[in-house]
Amino acid sequence: MSTPAAAFESQVAEARAYLLRFARLQLRNDAWAEDCVSETILAALARPQAFGNRSQLRTWLVGILKHKVQDALRARAREVVRGDGDGDDGDDGDGGEELDRLAFQPDGHFVHAPADWGNPEESLGSAQFLRVLEACVEKLPPAMGRVFLMREWLELSTDEIRNEIGITATNLFVLLHRARLRLRECLELNWLGRH
Amino acid sequence: MRLRRTCKEAAALIVAREDRALSLADRAALRLHFLACKTCPVFARQMESMRAAFARWRAAPPDVPGGGPDAR
Repeated sequence: MSTPAAAFESQVAEARAYLLRFARLQLRNDAWAEDCVSETILAALARPQAFGNRSQLRTWLVGILKHKVQDALRARAREVVRGDGDGDDGDDGDGGEELDRLAFQPDGHFVHAPADWGNPEESLGSAQFLRVLEACVEKLPPAMGRVFLMREWLELSTDEIRNEIGITATNLFVLLHRARLRLRECLELNWLGRH
Repeated sequence: MRLRRTCKEAAALIVAREDRALSLADRAALRLHFLACKTCPVFARQMESMRAAFARWRAAPPDVPGGGPDAR
């Protein structure tokens, strides 16, 4: 018979890969992600407690992980928004490049009308759709992906993101704008293409 | 105040409002545009679907191959 403490330890250890998936997605750096997950596991082991099931334990661990990840982003602020190779200086201002990829006619109309994605409650809530969504996030360039997930995974306000990583409002809105348009395009290609 | 917007301008506002509050003028212009345009409301629903999907993903991320027992 294993003791409750040993059972807790092995449950936490089992969650490592799960935690690493989110840490990597958010941080886009394996070393930073490994560090955050290790710190999360150590913090969790210092506060042993009982959970009814695996998903409750995972939710608790992800809560700890989010704090560790936020600390890492703050500590690496300068690197966080560097390195996508385009738009680092926010020189073209308004995400116009991605809007052009959407293809508008000279009079400002859509060339290809966006598709009706159907009932979000049904198809878009499926695990399959969420896997496509996650894969599309993974394909964003690093700085864009980090900033986007600070919004959608860490659930920070744009003011909080600016405080955390010292990015200008213009650059932040450009990155978020581009990220949303790229995700839309990726979802339209990879989800709707096969329905 | 200019109320008429092209689809390209409307699309930019539809994306922007996910992250910042639009001005009163922009909100009015967008509402007006939606009355006349069949395409932009579809685009707007896509943005809403994405927002809802991220809420679901946060609450209950799907199991993925490689998200289970350590796949490295």
